Amino acid sequence: MKHFLKSTLAAAAFAVATPVLAADIIVVSHGQANDPFWSVVKNGVDMAAEHTGADVSYRAPETFDMVAMSQLIDAAVNQEPDGIVVSIPDGDALGPSIAKAVAAGIPVISMNSGSDVSKGLGALLHVGQDEYDAGKAAGERLAAMGGTNAICVNQEVGNVALDQRCEGFAEGFGGTSTVLPSGNDPAEVEAKIKAALSSDESIDTILGLGASLVGEPAVAAVKAVGRAGEVHIATFDMSPGFLESVVAGDAAFAIDQQQFLQGYLSVSFLALHADYGLMPGGNVASGPNLITADKAAQVVELSAKGIR
Amino acid sequence: MTDQAANTDERIKSVPLMTRLITRPELGAIAGVILVTIFFLFTADSAMFTLAGVMNFMAPAAQLGILAMGASLLMIGGEFDLSLGSMVAFAGLIFGTALTVFGLPLILAIPVTMVFAGLMGCINGQIVIRTGLPSFIVTLAFLFVLRGLSLVGLKWATGGSTQMRGIREAVESDWLAPIFSGEAFPGLFAKFADWGMIATFKNGTPKVQGIPVEILWFIALTLVATWVLLRTPFGNWIFAVGGDSNAASNSGVPVRRVKMTLFVLTACCAALLAIIQVLDAGSTDARRGFQKEFEAIIAAVIGGCLLTGGYGSAIGAFFGSIIFGMVLIGLTYTDIDQDWYLVFLGGMLLIAVLFNNMIRKRVTGER
Repeated sequence: MKHFLKSTLAAAAFAVATPVLAADIIVVSHGQANDPFWSVVKNGVDMAAEHTGADVSYRAPETFDMVAMSQLIDAAVNQEPDGIVVSIPDGDALGPSIAKAVAAGIPVISMNSGSDVSKGLGALLHVGQDEYDAGKAAGERLAAMGGTNAICVNQEVGNVALDQRCEGFAEGFGGTSTVLPSGNDPAEVEAKIKAALSSDESIDTILGLGASLVGEPAVAAVKAVGRAGEVHIATFDMSPGFLESVVAGDAAFAIDQQQFLQGYLSVSFLALHADYGLMPGGNVASGPNLITADKAAQVVELSAKGIR
Repeated sequence: MTDQAANTDERIKSVPLMTRLITRPELGAIAGVILVTIFFLFTADSAMFTLAGVMNFMAPAAQLGILAMGASLLMIGGEFDLSLGSMVAFAGLIFGTALTVFGLPLILAIPVTMVFAGLMGCINGQIVIRTGLPSFIVTLAFLFVLRGLSLVGLKWATGGSTQMRGIREAVESDWLAPIFSGEAFPGLFAKFADWGMIATFKNGTPKVQGIPVEILWFIALTLVATWVLLRTPFGNWIFAVGGDSNAASNSGVPVRRVKMTLFVLTACCAALLAIIQVLDAGSTDARRGFQKEFEAIIAAVIGGCLLTGGYGSAIGAFFGSIIFGMVLIGLTYTDIDQDWYLVFLGGMLLIAVLFNNMIRKRVTGER
């Protein structure tokens, strides 16, 4: 009796909660909705939901917690949605849950991180920035600007994704390039760059792997040693301070991975898949988009709206 | 007061069964579980209360519950351990290192992890007991120390990464692994699915392949903790030490030994959780167990433990953990936007505690 009552109540609640027959898509990411980077992803997800009419929910553990995240994926699988979007920062920890979704016949798309493990876990495709390719694109552009001797400043030694950026950069740049390891303290980064610039006068290019941690201190360091305008500075990711430097001409460009697309495209693909069985044939590169002075003003404006 | 009442010693007075039931500390937590269940029956997708859905929220509830068992016993004994969450990361590091760097089998790696965790618990306990400082401050210091040691150790063990992988490969054929990871009774559940007793996905895979082992550990720990608290002299000592440690000491209770044991026990609960999590995830990182110390204390408080010690129950913490797990996972079955998630999480926990408190005061007539 009690059981019957429960299921009737549950059925009634369900009927009230979801009256429409729209595609049901669940996004589980490792980024909290209050993180500036991830709020942009979520805005992409929300806009895709609006455009496709799909019923989309965005979920993330309240801290960077892989165990909690795998439990959220399990909960999503249990609801049998028409598609699941996941980010995969740790393939080992999330693998079994993702495999469960795939085994249950739910289409899965990975986004942001996990391009290396995505296919092996059974995801249909990955929407994100390939770190190696992005580094290569930056290297090619900086070489075209006349750079011959570069340092790649790595503020998080041991993070494989960052190593790939420097490797790609070396490939694309062609000239001399050395990796400068550093701690993730802006003051330390600035001091190390100053030391490198004064010990080797021929350095004409700096690539940073983070905007506020390396890009901004690099601009300050170049100014401090009196070589503003001679050294080309570029960085991965964006910060308001670095974009201002780009507009002012103190820095060359920032590398935008356009995370809005990661949210927007993955949800759109799954909605189209649910409605018409459509699916692109391979991974989609959401970036890099090199933000130079002519594009920077627009980016600053759009970042205020949560789109960049 | 009548003559008859004065003549009967209140300690041996027989209490009606009903009164005995409703004056238990866990009553409020059970009422809280019912309240939360009703809330989700009306707001959540019906999938939440299927077998698979229940397993879904019981897994995080059980993982938290393993911590909450230690935390609640320690709280009844009048102390806190804020280093619990960091201990999960630290024990995970020790365990992962033992497996991947030193290649130890589980039969050795597990005791090694327990010994290291117990040692940390010992240090916590010794400092608290010898200095008389509040355990709140001492263990808060260890919250930072252990979190930092996890990072340093991980970078050392992996050669620079903050994530340790390859644990699944290291224990692949270990006979002990099924006791600490994965799902129990897979054969039984496959049978159930064949008989149509378990729902399946569209392609025929059963939705539940077994009971996650952490749930079994959770239940076993609850039973043991309850037995210790209610049926052994040590249980009495815990209540006595937490209620008034001076009085306990004067009546011959080994206060120091009880507190030390509780600190070590709590650390070992954290280590057990770390072992289960690391084996299940196949990896560990420097952020494991982040903020779990607060969640464990919340679960214990929902379960009727007083922050001042001397009162509480393990069964209460059991239901407190279930409330936490239900709210945590249950919100994802509703249409509530993620932006509101933390607001709802906090709000529902507050309501559960207030409700629990109100019920308990009303029926026990306590202050």
